[in-house]
Amino acid sequence: MYAQLVETGVKRLKSLDEMEPQERAFQERIDAEIKIEAKNWMPDAYRQTLIRQISQHAHSEIVGMLPEGNWVTRAPSLKRKLQLMAKIQDEAGHGLYLYSAMETLGADRDEEIAKMHNGKAKYSSIFNYPTLSWADMGAVGWLVDGAAIVNQVVLQRTSYGPYSRAMVRICKEESFHQRQGYQMLLTMMQEGTQAQKDMVQDSINRLWWPSLMMFGPSDEHSPNSAQSMAWKIKRQSNDELRQRFVDQTVPQLELLGCTAPDPDLKWNEERGHYDFGEIQWDEFYEVLKGNGPCNQERVSKRRNAIESGAWVREAAVAYARKQQLKRDVA
Amino acid sequence: MNDDLIQYLLRLGDTALIQGQRLCEWCGNAPALEEELALMNVGLDLVGQARNWLEYAAELLNDGRTADDLAFGRDERSFRNLLLVEQPNGDYAVTMTKQFLYDAWHFDVLQQLCNSSDERIAGIAAKALKEVTYHLRRSGEWIQRLGDGTEESHARMLAAIEQVWRFTVELGAADETEQRLAAAGIAADHDKAANAWLAEVTQIFTLATLPVPSPANYFYLSGRKGLHTEHLGFILAEMQYLPRTYPNATW
Repeated sequence: MYAQLVETGVKRLKSLDEMEPQERAFQERIDAEIKIEAKNWMPDAYRQTLIRQISQHAHSEIVGMLPEGNWVTRAPSLKRKLQLMAKIQDEAGHGLYLYSAMETLGADRDEEIAKMHNGKAKYSSIFNYPTLSWADMGAVGWLVDGAAIVNQVVLQRTSYGPYSRAMVRICKEESFHQRQGYQMLLTMMQEGTQAQKDMVQDSINRLWWPSLMMFGPSDEHSPNSAQSMAWKIKRQSNDELRQRFVDQTVPQLELLGCTAPDPDLKWNEERGHYDFGEIQWDEFYEVLKGNGPCNQERVSKRRNAIESGAWVREAAVAYARKQQLKRDVA
Repeated sequence: MNDDLIQYLLRLGDTALIQGQRLCEWCGNAPALEEELALMNVGLDLVGQARNWLEYAAELLNDGRTADDLAFGRDERSFRNLLLVEQPNGDYAVTMTKQFLYDAWHFDVLQQLCNSSDERIAGIAAKALKEVTYHLRRSGEWIQRLGDGTEESHARMLAAIEQVWRFTVELGAADETEQRLAAAGIAADHDKAANAWLAEVTQIFTLATLPVPSPANYFYLSGRKGLHTEHLGFILAEMQYLPRTYPNATW
């Protein structure tokens, strides 16, 4: 799970000569691959960009639990139910570490969550697609976690220390989810009935393109990339990462005995990469704007959970205050 | 004795499974992110325990059925879970009240089962007890927070207790099956479990400024005998949907 299209608020890159001494020292530290830590000075735009990116990433973990919650009560065996429950639990945990990493930048978790609930902050567009069969639980693990890992492996080297360290831990768990997802599909394809095989292919047909969209706009339409790359928040371009994902995923697709819904997908000997068709960018931007199949359901479910749980959180605070008072008196 | 033992294992397994299934329903709806994690964690423990009990039951049944067949292939009348855990989740007060009332009973039962003369039971119970020790601590803390929190949370706790208390009648009652097994040193002694349960509930409710209701009355249903409330059918319809729709599938 991760962030797409993060604004940096910066119009043009500054050269080292144009920077004040403080900013110059900051940039030199980054250029020397030394991590920036919470207590170090940083330009406000760097801080704000990271808050936007890490919060988007955290929101994606949390919203990403919803399509799985749609199937966890209907998992077809005890083993699959346990696996899915463990995955959901891991995702809630990832959300927690990421919000904590974000809070080291002075942001407030509740405020950032409220921004997602009122449409100001985004989460990964993939979760705005519905999960319509059990095969989607396998395909989400394989493709969606797979795409997230390609991105996150690079983010382990991101310049902000707390974010980079959160990524190391998250990557380990997500690689496990990806293998598990692929294993589910493989079992259905190799040992399953025709109905199950059809279910797998249908799931890939629906989730293939949205997974490629997870890498964000193409490089030529990625206005914020240059600054994010100079700050080493981002380490590789959207198109490079998307290509890496396609290259590593196609052999796995073939091993499954399935196909991608892309007539232009073929190996290019000269480039040493797979060529693939053009993403429907209109759809990408519309889903990002809030007009996808499930945007409304996902956001309203999250908002409703937080609003209807307000009395629970208030009770916990009131109880803690009473206990503190008792301790003070004693 | 084998039939008794199978019944007992189904009771333990089905109760853990249905409680775990109810916890799955919370996914994405919890009042805080920490609670999403904790609810799924407790559910994961319980479904894992259910799998252990049902695997043992399947081995003793020895009719070709697996633990999955038992979980996904039996209907309402064959399920042996306690009625308490099949009740709808309601709000967080109802969910936590159900959880606590179950945990307090479950904890003592498992403690006793650690000394079961059946080694397999003792082994499963020892592992489960570690998990349930945490479940009980956690749900007990929530009962106190909600009971002694705000006026609203206190009122919701009173309503929750009123709603689910009658199902605790099963926690104090044993039938002949369990009495025979307990006499043989295999199952937990029910009177002992009921007393330990009441002591725990009284202690936590008192700390939570909640009244302990008088003992619940018998009302002619019994989860242990497969006479359930109307809720179980819907739980099973959802939980068993895939294996029932695709009977020859491999997942």
